[in-house]
Amino acid sequence: MTDAVNILATSSSPRHAAESRFRLYGVIAIIISLGFLFVMVGSIAIRGTGAFQQSFVNIAVPLPAEKIDPKGTADPQVIRKSRFGGILKSALREMFPEAKSRKDKRQLYKLVSATAEYSLRDHVVANPDLVGTTASVWVRASSDIDMYLKGNIDGTLDESQRRVSDLQLAWAAELQSKGRIEKRFNTQFFTGGDSREPEQAGILGAVTGSALSLLVCFLLSFPIGVLAAVYLEEFASKGRINRLIEVNINNLAAVPSIVFGLLGLAIFLNVFGLPRSTPLVGGMVLALMTLPTIIIASRASLRAVPPSIREAAFGLGASKVQATFHHVVPLAMPGMLTGSIIGMAQALGETAPLLMIGMVAFIVDIPGGITEAATALPVQIFLWADSPERGFLEKTSAAIMVLLGFLILMNLIAIILRRRLEIRW
Amino acid sequence: MNIQTNIEGGVAVNQSVESAPIVKVRNAQVFYGDKQAIIDVDVDIRENEVTAFIGPSGCGKSTLLRCLNRMNDVIPICRVEGSIKLAGQEIYAPEVDVVALRQKVGMVFQKPNPFPKSIFDNIVYGPKIHGLVKTKSDMEEVVETSLKRAGLWEEVKDRLDQPGTGLSGGQQQRLCIARAIAVQPKVILMDEPCSALDPIATATVETLIDELREKYTIVIVTHSMQQAARVSQKTAFFHLGELVEFDTTEQIFAAPKEERTQNYITGRIG
Repeated sequence: MTDAVNILATSSSPRHAAESRFRLYGVIAIIISLGFLFVMVGSIAIRGTGAFQQSFVNIAVPLPAEKIDPKGTADPQVIRKSRFGGILKSALREMFPEAKSRKDKRQLYKLVSATAEYSLRDHVVANPDLVGTTASVWVRASSDIDMYLKGNIDGTLDESQRRVSDLQLAWAAELQSKGRIEKRFNTQFFTGGDSREPEQAGILGAVTGSALSLLVCFLLSFPIGVLAAVYLEEFASKGRINRLIEVNINNLAAVPSIVFGLLGLAIFLNVFGLPRSTPLVGGMVLALMTLPTIIIASRASLRAVPPSIREAAFGLGASKVQATFHHVVPLAMPGMLTGSIIGMAQALGETAPLLMIGMVAFIVDIPGGITEAATALPVQIFLWADSPERGFLEKTSAAIMVLLGFLILMNLIAIILRRRLEIRW
Repeated sequence: MNIQTNIEGGVAVNQSVESAPIVKVRNAQVFYGDKQAIIDVDVDIRENEVTAFIGPSGCGKSTLLRCLNRMNDVIPICRVEGSIKLAGQEIYAPEVDVVALRQKVGMVFQKPNPFPKSIFDNIVYGPKIHGLVKTKSDMEEVVETSLKRAGLWEEVKDRLDQPGTGLSGGQQQRLCIARAIAVQPKVILMDEPCSALDPIATATVETLIDELREKYTIVIVTHSMQQAARVSQKTAFFHLGELVEFDTTEQIFAAPKEERTQNYITGRIG
């Protein structure tokens, strides 16, 4: 009796130790992965939040009527044709008369964005009353000044080591002391297309391109994938061919995405001659990539519908098609949708296949349809990450934040759909 | 008395019922691949009677039951030979529409399997796909009569829009019976309908089966010999794919002719 108790006591202590050791390993693994996640998201957030703000410079711009609208017509066409670049430059020279040499003047003009003359033009076109007066106009600071004002350029470095000259620093300080510099929420980032100038670059073009591509991708891959899954699972005989197809679909899901991009380049662009760099072709390539995921998820959710439901329908005299589409498919639909959304989220983050079909182009306009040249969010991130300008660094991180936001949103929708629609039996 | 049965495309078969049974099985052989599950079975099922199939597990009683409305069609390796006639019409003939057959021969399964829809939709689904109901009032009528016949009306009449899966096990099984009778079948097949129910629900369903006998012909597979004795008029005892004995229920349980039947009902084999 006592022996048995002793044996239990001695043999259980190593087992307890093994158990608590294993728990410890698990906790450590989770802490490490959470730590990595925290570092990644944190560094992106720290770098990217700056992009949501933009420095604006207030300039007193004299708008002489004889230069803009000599006949006083207030016709937008006439105003639009005026040379606002020159007007803006002379306004800057008036504010800082100490800039005399060509070199100094050039530095002076670089205080504001190269696109500032266009915003000035649009402002005057919208308010023709301003012609003939001296208007106080807020224009974007140039990216370098913006970076300096956000603390991304160190003013204590030697002048040759930084992109902002001592003269520009002095002017910026003067403007700041006069309250002529302001940081505002950067709406341009969310409403504009790409630009060569970081201060002008926006993400809407890429978001629209991604949305259009995903729309094409969904419209193609969801019906095809679901119908393929329904046929393979409910109608096709479960023979060797069905198994072979299943194995191949599983293999396709593991094919590197760039291969699908090459396929799209060879077939959709070169054979069918579809327009290059468009969401149409992008969506088709992404659909090729997403199809296996959707078919696998749909087959799994069809398999999860209990056979008793099929029997009940057959027993009432429903035909195979009726049993399938009245009962089995509606019951499997939440699972199919969830699988599709997860496939879509994967497609949203996909870059490589889009590079192959030319969606890597520099496109300023926001695409208005699926046959217009466009780029996509991950490709935009790739393009900006590739740019040498300091200003694009924070745009890159901000674009990553937007992309991650969309991914989290899609996964959330998938989880909510599954919770809401899933039927337990 | 004459019955008229529409099995396929309006072919009407007149049959005198006094002598001829509604379902007539002759030399039935059923194979699953190479394995023979039913060997040379002859059974006659008469109208407005409850016929019970009893026997140990794997004896083929469920297999035969599922042949009567061709539910075995969905199993690709299953093959049926011999003759099975419903009201004189060969049901395995190539021209028979299995959908029309299953409207005439309804089925209730072992586990209650209501659709995860409302009680109302569960009942009207069958009549809808067969085009038996068109208007909303037709549907309401068919729901009420079916539920009343299944003895469920009083319990659920206030919550017809609630899901059928929310009912208790016994109520779900009666809902399945109501769903089966909503398509106006001649024969109802029941595959161990009470095996998933508690004794009280079982008693309710058994009473219901006895009442349904007035309007329908019922074939029931059961593992419980007491149940067979309680609800059936005819009993068929199967063993290893063969029909050992088929007679009136009193005869089978009081004075079986075969030794194997005797051994089974006294619990010596099974």
